[in-house]
Amino acid sequence: MKAEPEPAPAVAMVSRPGAPASDLEVVGLTKRFGAFTALDSVDLRVRAGTVHALLGENGAGKSTLVKCVMGFYRADEGAVLIGGRERTIDNPRAAHALGIGMVYQHFTLVPSMTVLENLVMGRAHVPPVIDWQAERRAVSAFMAGMPFTLPLDVPTASLAAGEKQKAEIIKQLYLSCRFLILDEPTSVLTPEEADEILGLLRRMVEAGQLSVLIITHKFREVLAFADSVTVLRRGRAVGGGRVADLSVDDMARLMIGDREIAAPAARKAQAPGEARLEIDALTADDDHGEPAVRGVSLRVASGEILGIAGVSGNGQSVLVEVLAGQRRPTGGSMRLGGEDYQARRSQMLRHGLSLLPEEPLRNACVGRMSVAENMAFRAFDRPPMARAGWWLRQAGIRRAARDLIARYRVKTSSPDAPIATLSGGNVQRAVLARELSGRVDVLVAANPVFGLDFAAVADIHAQIVEARNRGCAVLLVSEDLDELLELADRILVMFDGRVVLETPASRADRTTIGRAMAGHQAPVI
Amino acid sequence: MVEAGGRRFEAMIEAFLPPVFAVFFSMALFGAFVALAGVDPIEVYRLMATGAFGSWFSVQNTLQRAAPLLLTALCTALPAQMGMVVIGGEGALVAGGLAAVASGLALSGLGLPVLLVQFAMALAAMAAGGAVICFAGMLRQMRGVNETISSLLLTYIVIAVFKQIVEGVMRDPASLNKPATRALPDSLMLGMLPGTDVHVGLLFGLLFCLFGYVLIYHTTFGFAARVVGGNPRAARLAGLPVGRLVLIVTALGGAAGGLAGMVEVAAIQGRASAALIAGYGFSGILVAFLARQNPLAVIPVAFLLGGIAASGGLLQRRLGLPDATVLVLQGILFVTLLASETLTGRFHLRRPTAEVKEA
Repeated sequence: MKAEPEPAPAVAMVSRPGAPASDLEVVGLTKRFGAFTALDSVDLRVRAGTVHALLGENGAGKSTLVKCVMGFYRADEGAVLIGGRERTIDNPRAAHALGIGMVYQHFTLVPSMTVLENLVMGRAHVPPVIDWQAERRAVSAFMAGMPFTLPLDVPTASLAAGEKQKAEIIKQLYLSCRFLILDEPTSVLTPEEADEILGLLRRMVEAGQLSVLIITHKFREVLAFADSVTVLRRGRAVGGGRVADLSVDDMARLMIGDREIAAPAARKAQAPGEARLEIDALTADDDHGEPAVRGVSLRVASGEILGIAGVSGNGQSVLVEVLAGQRRPTGGSMRLGGEDYQARRSQMLRHGLSLLPEEPLRNACVGRMSVAENMAFRAFDRPPMARAGWWLRQAGIRRAARDLIARYRVKTSSPDAPIATLSGGNVQRAVLARELSGRVDVLVAANPVFGLDFAAVADIHAQIVEARNRGCAVLLVSEDLDELLELADRILVMFDGRVVLETPASRADRTTIGRAMAGHQAPVI
Repeated sequence: MVEAGGRRFEAMIEAFLPPVFAVFFSMALFGAFVALAGVDPIEVYRLMATGAFGSWFSVQNTLQRAAPLLLTALCTALPAQMGMVVIGGEGALVAGGLAAVASGLALSGLGLPVLLVQFAMALAAMAAGGAVICFAGMLRQMRGVNETISSLLLTYIVIAVFKQIVEGVMRDPASLNKPATRALPDSLMLGMLPGTDVHVGLLFGLLFCLFGYVLIYHTTFGFAARVVGGNPRAARLAGLPVGRLVLIVTALGGAAGGLAGMVEVAAIQGRASAALIAGYGFSGILVAFLARQNPLAVIPVAFLLGGIAASGGLLQRRLGLPDATVLVLQGILFVTLLASETLTGRFHLRRPTAEVKEA
């Protein structure tokens, strides 16, 4: 690694409590990933001593923007100005040296170490032998100047979520940050904790010690704590301004867009048939054992597309995992084709259940197995891929794969190439080919077009609508409201593990849905 | 089609390059080691070749030693298809050996046909070995216990129980210094392959390897196992019974290890004693890794390792090197092999074609 300009020792920097908040400006920032433009000439200005909110749906480019500022990514075009001077930020250490710190959605403290140890070890330059007495004095003195205190000698693992978040913030301030970026800081907090922490930061900002850029999708937080706002949609800054001049409806419309809904592709008018997939009072926990799905009930009938809207992390992906058999529910029941469903292969087969999960390489493929083998996951134990149910016919597998590769235009060097060597879009097409090629009566799809180009999107959307027209029951989980409004017959909105709104797509109101997605209970209009 | 076949052949070559590299690198290291001991490395390798494959006698010696390795290697190679690293082959072997002796002694007085009793001994051995490794799989599946650690610790428990039984309830009062069970009747001992001094246990090993290969690569069961091993999430999405597959495959691996124990007692030792704990189970791990967990590749690798072991005696007699010298080579080989695993996928006979990366 090449030598960086040495930042001054942190202790010296900490001893400047009166250092002023800094301002930050982003000019014409563009970031492309291959053919995909994640950020398209975005301008953003955070004045010193203010709280600026960055609002947008998932995939709008919020994270990409702050990662460019923090030096995780290099922007293709555009500049970052700090204190009016253009700066090159190649890596997060350079950002720290400029006084920019970031608090992530997930905790980054070492759980087994105390708050004091975390603070000291987090410094850019830790002496080989640490004088803990001196460090304790320095940290205590620093803590005395903060609007809130924390126990120094408690392992951070035993702190409550709100206190951990405070410790993360304290750590950034201790490392002499004067510009703090918060990435959805309240997603792991209760509303009371969130209000407390944002209130404390607000006070520090008003005292001129700090500037804050906060990524959020909760309007309530924007209204209560931010001075100004920038709204991103599909990589573009589509609007913003002083929060005082904007209403929730204005922001919702900016965030979600008010394009006319495109005419649904070749959609047959038909009344839904009998219920194919029924979920009743389903509950499930996430990886940390926290309840993520809290009593969801829904039914999807033959010949309809039920859309589930919501900001990511509100229980939708856990719900899909339960349907896919990747996660055990903690309560409630599921019925597939009128029969109790436990995600067994025989049940999936009998009732024609297909699944298009998000991140197909992680959820639906074995990277080191070939494209042909991956395409055989659904049918490898039936003719023509197997004889008598146990003898694998490689020829049958390869022939079926060649057919699917041609039909779904999967770009691969050969059916025998490991599927991990394919691009993301082609992995997605391969999984789509596998899941849609057999008999499909129930289709569960989660963000099926995420990251694909327009042609592929139209293609996959047409396939889904076509399946619906054939009488398939489709459950479509998407973070893209446009996609749901275009495809779905009915839309449910999930927030915090619950269904908070149900509406027919034909009478759907973007603003109402947007507010429900942000946990803002819509007054009846 | 020719193109695809060529590509598959290349992939195979690329997969086998790291272990081949490891073998040559360790031979160089081992050469330096014996040179430090004051012996000409070239002479050592010449003698090793002679001792392993130089005469009909040494070839038979090699095959004799390869037989249990074929089976204990499968104890690691089969669960490896599920993404598990099982190193409890020694435990499965010891459990299998004891079960074979116990069932053989129990059934020998009943006047049953010899083949039937031998079959029952093999079954008992496979059941015992399978139970040990399957238990490790069960611990992982139900309690999330790391199967590498648990299979190793289970091995120590099995060995302790084995000694307890051999020195206790099953001890032959006539065995004074070296506690052992009573001997199996000669009629129950496994015969030799026609025209050789190599026992039929070699055939068991070859057949089990072949069975393993066919099972993993040519049956729907093996396909499902490979999906589970490659990505359990994708396996669940396809509705595969992940837990059941783990239990069955670990039990099969353990059965192979147990059969190795039966072969050892019923073809070589004739009784169960501490001599059964000879490290074949641990050498089997090395064989499985060198064979990149491919049941078919286990066969040549087991012959190679069997040959190395067989040549130890000759080195001792002719060069005055300790018998354990070949163990040094084994050790170097294993460490080099593990290090060379990081090279996997770095060898490219041909640059990947552009179309794969684009879009």
